[in-house]
Amino acid sequence: MELFVFGCAALMVLIGAVGVITRKHPVHAALSLVLTLFGVAVLFVIQQAHFLAAVQVIVYAGAIVVLFLFVIMLLGVDRVENLRTEPLTNQRPLALIVSLGLVGVLVAAFATGSGVLHERGAGLIIPDSATGSDANTIQLAESIFSQYVVAFEVTSVLLVVAVVGTVLLARRTKDSVMESPK
Amino acid sequence: MIALDTLLSDEILWAPLLIILLKVVVVFVVGLLSTMLMVWFERKAIAGMQNRIGPNKTGPFGIMQTLADGIKLFFKEDLIPNRSDRFVFALAPFLSFVPAFLAFAIIPLGGDFRNGNGGEVTWFGHVTKVQLADPPIGVLFALAISSIAVYGIMLAGWSSGSKYPLIGSVRASAQMVSYEAALGLSLACVLLLAGTLSTSGIVAAQATITQWHVISTGIVPFIIFLIAATAELNRPPFDLVEAEQELVGGFNTEYSSIRFALFYLAEFMNTVTMSALIVTLFFGGPQPLAFGNFVFDIPLIPNALEGTLWLLAKVLVFLYVYIWFRATLPRLRYDQLMDLGWKVLIPGALGWFILLASQRMARQNEWNIILVTSISVVVMVGGYLLLQAAFTQSARQRETQGPMF
Repeated sequence: MELFVFGCAALMVLIGAVGVITRKHPVHAALSLVLTLFGVAVLFVIQQAHFLAAVQVIVYAGAIVVLFLFVIMLLGVDRVENLRTEPLTNQRPLALIVSLGLVGVLVAAFATGSGVLHERGAGLIIPDSATGSDANTIQLAESIFSQYVVAFEVTSVLLVVAVVGTVLLARRTKDSVMESPK
Repeated sequence: MIALDTLLSDEILWAPLLIILLKVVVVFVVGLLSTMLMVWFERKAIAGMQNRIGPNKTGPFGIMQTLADGIKLFFKEDLIPNRSDRFVFALAPFLSFVPAFLAFAIIPLGGDFRNGNGGEVTWFGHVTKVQLADPPIGVLFALAISSIAVYGIMLAGWSSGSKYPLIGSVRASAQMVSYEAALGLSLACVLLLAGTLSTSGIVAAQATITQWHVISTGIVPFIIFLIAATAELNRPPFDLVEAEQELVGGFNTEYSSIRFALFYLAEFMNTVTMSALIVTLFFGGPQPLAFGNFVFDIPLIPNALEGTLWLLAKVLVFLYVYIWFRATLPRLRYDQLMDLGWKVLIPGALGWFILLASQRMARQNEWNIILVTSISVVVMVGGYLLLQAAFTQSARQRETQGPMF
């Protein structure tokens, strides 16, 4: 049963991932991304990480891809792109090298780290009748707000800085609109 | 493995499997039926408020009107516009319809929550809950589903390949993403007091009327939740998505026949689900009215069944409130909508959440409650003044420098 669900979810993830890079239409690519994100959420559920699954759907599928689509629709870039033109020359061979390097790094990380989870033995506390249905959430909250609180807060500051920076860079006042040739 | 139901925690047997199948069918049928009756109820109630008669030909009091409309829509021609994106155009109604039904699965539809029973009932010798699924993430599931529901509307408008539906869907996505934040923050106040995410746990925490979260969280989160939920549902006064006077019919302009019916069904289904969710979160769900030790007990009916009746009564009140909104309130302008969401509801919900959290901390650590309250009030007033200063400054800049993009 678990293997079956894993197989279906993995298939969803892979089909979605392939769709993101092969579909020529931006909206279709974004929808394929949603499929991938749902597959990942299902993978979280079969690992009993229910909270992560919910957050995965709420944040990624429910907010981030919605914003992608929103921008695509608002800017009207929802046309089929011509993939033959290359703004940067030689980017394809370079991309190939970088992606092969990434695959190498990931494989090495999995190979060295595969035993670690079993050795420690302390994974997520699985919510059941003994630990209560909120075991996941409690454990996650404890580690975010005690052990990793500094990293967590610094990340949130980083995100705010990114938003403020974007607004500052992208905003145009009345004068600059008149100056810029249109 | 996937122990969403207490029945499934043991090995799979036939009787539990049948009970679960029965629950699935019942939830589906109840969903459809309640939607059908809701459409009729809305038309009839609005007609009453506007001095009209409303549907009165089909069946007693016109109660079969929705069924007649559904059959009519079934047999209409199914049009797909030439300029549409065919696959997405066909997919969108289902993306809207399926989440509407999924969200209903986590609502406790009845059961005995008295005396710490936790809503468990015994059917055919098996202990189960009167809800389809009680996942550990509970209400987060409802939030996830409501954030998925935006896809249906958004893609419907975009894939139509026509401009009014596109404007409608861009409005919808901006509105639903904005109000999701206020919805989540006001929900957090409830979760803070209930101490659990599970919907049955939240209901179990509201035994007496003073423990109902509408009172114990101090009414503000409830008001914010109600407004944000109305905006999430795209119902009047927040129905800018389908503003008839501006956008023909909004995102569903190009849809006809059964595809349109699916959107219509999803909209009303969402109203029913959201009312049930409000009742679950703030009004004790299937819990009876109780003051202290005194409980309004409906005589002759077993406790397990009584829960369903209480839920029904409470949900009906909210369905009526939604109809009332529609008949009474004029539609907001777009900038008013965004101002209300971002400048009033989100800071309000956040401030109230912090206030409740500090109260809880004070009670746990036995700090001086009055001191803590006054400090938090001072901090909140300070935050409000800062926010106001920012608004005034930005308004002044807009006047001198023109609008910013």
